Amino acid sequence: MKITNAIVEKHGLKPDEYSKIKELLKREPNFLELGIFSAMWNEHCSYKSSRIHLKNLPTKGKQVIQGPGENAGVIDIGDDDAIIFKIESHNHPSYIEPYQGAATGVGGILRDVFTMGARPIALLNSIHFGSPDHPKTKTLLNGVVSGIGGYGNCIGIPTVAGETKFNSSYNENILVNAMAVGHANKNKIFYSKAKGINKSVVYVGSKTGRDGIHGASMASAEFDENSEDKKPTVQVGDPFTEKLLMEACLELMKDKSIISIQDMGAAGLTSSSVEMASKGDLGIELYLDKVPCREEGMTPYEMMLSESQERMLIILEDKKEKDAKKIFEKWDLDFVVIGKTTDSNNLTLKFKNEIVGEIPIDALASKAPLYDRKWTKKKLPEKKINVKDLKKIKLEDAFLKIISSPNQSNKSWVTEQFDQMVMADTVQRSGADSAVIRIHKKEKAIAVAVDSSANYCKAHPLTGGKQIVCESWRNLISVGAKPIAITNCLNFGNPENTKVMGEFAECLIGIKEACEFLEYPVVSGNVSFYNGTNKKNIDPTPVIGGVGLIQDTKNTINHILKKEGNIILQVGKTFGHLYQSVFFKEIYSITEGPPPDVNLANEKHNGEILLKLINKKLITSAHDVSSGGLILALAEMCFTSEYGLKIGKPQKLSNLMEYYFGEDQGRYLLEIEEKNLTVVAKILNEYNIFNESIATVQKDYFEMLGEFKINKNDLCKMNNKWYNNY
Amino acid sequence: MNSSIIVFPGSNCDRDIAVALEKLKFQNTMVWHKNTALPKSDLIVLPGGFSYGDYLRSGAIAAKSNILNEVIKAANKGCLVLGICNGFQILTETGLLNGVLLRNKKLKFLGKDIYVKAVNSDNKFCNKYKQGQILRFNIAHNEGNYFTSKDHLKQLEDKNLIPFKYCDEKGNVNEENNPNGSLNNIAGIFNDKKNILGMMPHPERMVDRMISNDDGFNLFASLLN
Repeated sequence: MKITNAIVEKHGLKPDEYSKIKELLKREPNFLELGIFSAMWNEHCSYKSSRIHLKNLPTKGKQVIQGPGENAGVIDIGDDDAIIFKIESHNHPSYIEPYQGAATGVGGILRDVFTMGARPIALLNSIHFGSPDHPKTKTLLNGVVSGIGGYGNCIGIPTVAGETKFNSSYNENILVNAMAVGHANKNKIFYSKAKGINKSVVYVGSKTGRDGIHGASMASAEFDENSEDKKPTVQVGDPFTEKLLMEACLELMKDKSIISIQDMGAAGLTSSSVEMASKGDLGIELYLDKVPCREEGMTPYEMMLSESQERMLIILEDKKEKDAKKIFEKWDLDFVVIGKTTDSNNLTLKFKNEIVGEIPIDALASKAPLYDRKWTKKKLPEKKINVKDLKKIKLEDAFLKIISSPNQSNKSWVTEQFDQMVMADTVQRSGADSAVIRIHKKEKAIAVAVDSSANYCKAHPLTGGKQIVCESWRNLISVGAKPIAITNCLNFGNPENTKVMGEFAECLIGIKEACEFLEYPVVSGNVSFYNGTNKKNIDPTPVIGGVGLIQDTKNTINHILKKEGNIILQVGKTFGHLYQSVFFKEIYSITEGPPPDVNLANEKHNGEILLKLINKKLITSAHDVSSGGLILALAEMCFTSEYGLKIGKPQKLSNLMEYYFGEDQGRYLLEIEEKNLTVVAKILNEYNIFNESIATVQKDYFEMLGEFKINKNDLCKMNNKWYNNY
Repeated sequence: MNSSIIVFPGSNCDRDIAVALEKLKFQNTMVWHKNTALPKSDLIVLPGGFSYGDYLRSGAIAAKSNILNEVIKAANKGCLVLGICNGFQILTETGLLNGVLLRNKKLKFLGKDIYVKAVNSDNKFCNKYKQGQILRFNIAHNEGNYFTSKDHLKQLEDKNLIPFKYCDEKGNVNEENNPNGSLNNIAGIFNDKKNILGMMPHPERMVDRMISNDDGFNLFASLLN
């Protein structure tokens, strides 16, 4: 087949990229080779627009065993225990086919984690939908939530935390980010780097079908009115087979048969074989006749580009085939030697005794395009609004409107579709600041959380980038965990647009500054560009997945009020920043102005001291103050508790709205027994941390002195109703 | 006491039950579905999960597996059999228990803590519970909506073959507190001889206060009584 300009364009390659291919090959590629270049050089696989910025992120630390570049990041949590985790996007497929898109997103991220030798112990998700009244939102929400549940519930990994948000910026391009966390022995971690020549390359798992061909290229382009036609590029998930594959791989990993292992994710057989060879500085030869196929008559092009799920590529030590095969046969999975490593440094593809494609590995990997795209800085927006000039609203009315709004409503409609308890180590489930998972049969636990603040990032990407890292850090601290490291999923619009590229670059600078300051490195992540339709880009939405350690599970705390008469202490100073707040957006539809300022020194200081207090068992419960401000945080402490609160009037700040709805950073609410109050206040004062008592725990009522008093059950009903009525 | 947990491809609560049984010092063996013999067992457990992916009706394929022939033989000889969640579905598919488990009334997977009332405690599985005791268990299923014929339902009630009914935290058994639409709020049933128990809630998730509560502990402790 003659490669025409039209074919090149269809493969998502630009004319200059095609020229570069010819230059690297010193000839024209054939159709198969062009497909392979397209799969490896698209944005999704090559990170061609983001690499230059990603390399600035802090990725090292005392507890980091493996940073970005492998299937997932690995951290050391002591006693030979390692935690392996990563977050990944499946936005484009989920918009086209919500159930399968979301399900395979979960499947893909799980493989990244168990490929490295970890048994997955927790799943998390961050999902963003368009406005609730957009005609597609309901179907997408339903499909995505049941897809996430369908996969995780079946494979038997608890889905323990997440966030569900609505904003019109996602009307035509939803976000589905899934995070998986696994536990491994730190001396038994498996990597993707190939070693040795003439080693068997083994294909295990499901058969290859025609699904998902060019999925990664699809995810590297904007949508248009024909997006529905892209359904065939979405893969179909089979969590049952994945469960078998996971058990078989973990069984094989018990001895020393595996040299390297890589899951077939985006760009399937192509990217897995190229990555293994590239990291090992080797060549790889594949005999495509041997690839187990679901359908007859599949061409090499289809086999190399299929994104059929639940498949792995393994390079085995000599003489280990027989024993390894036995394990996969036990689990009724295919196990076929489809190739070998070579010293040619080429990807060589043979089919029916002919070489049908041959490409130097470095042309696909290290020599892939790298762009330093133009970007523009965003100025900090000005503060132009005087709250006193706004139409008056009663505090109670504003509060009730906010707690019954879609974004602030109770999300049990979502989380009840997930099995949160399977594996029987879930100490703290969804709804807390972080979920907490005990390490099986050990004293310690890990805390995990996902966070995003797209509106802050849109208003001022640099501040927004810092803020999400801090929020993640606070969420871990609030349950008594020491934050260790993060994974990030960077969801942005079209990187060829200088404004979008600026949002990306500046969010990353923000993330970098915060991670460095908090010693909270990035160990894995994923970039998703081209989120948008017909030139309309989504709001910049970096999502942070944080992991922290609780040395003794017994020291875990949560945000639920525990005892009548206990005192609520506010820690960290309230200035009353209302720009970019839930209050401004929900009550006045004001979306202008700067996000709250982030003071990294305060964040670190407040968090570290609070952790000390928690470990001294002086704190009964704790909650981070985030979107919605103090009043939302206070209400959240009541929702799942049997108690309510009596809240006093603020002594200094003049404007109640600013005080209660302001979203100043670095703040926590602490429930403290009266007998501990003096000692806690003394310690906080010694460390110069602002604190004041603002409420008392009482029975039955959520009450603000001089303002309103509501029965706690009625409050819960208002908070619960939105999803059930949607 | 010797126990065997049957492991199907797709079982995912097998480890959780093993941990619970070990806590009570059962001598436990994991038995692979392809096996054609059972070790000597006083208790056989069919665990929760998605056996064979549940790609046919839930539990239908597992009911035809090699090992199930042995489970049926042992059950008919009076061996204690406990089926939890998918295990309950398998028991109905084999015919060891009557009735079927339909999709939840709201057609959605349901993963949450619920309350059940120990309606009948005069049996091998519940003797450590007080009659009428309210327990908090966790459910996680898509097909837990128990349905059976009128005659069988009457038999279940008349012969005290229903150990657990869904209720609220105060013990009220009514439609409002029926999470999945089961007839008469049924959360679990016995066969006539009461040596086979199938239940949708997961008692094995309730044996550790650090994780949840220990309301499930006494179900396993009853078996040792």
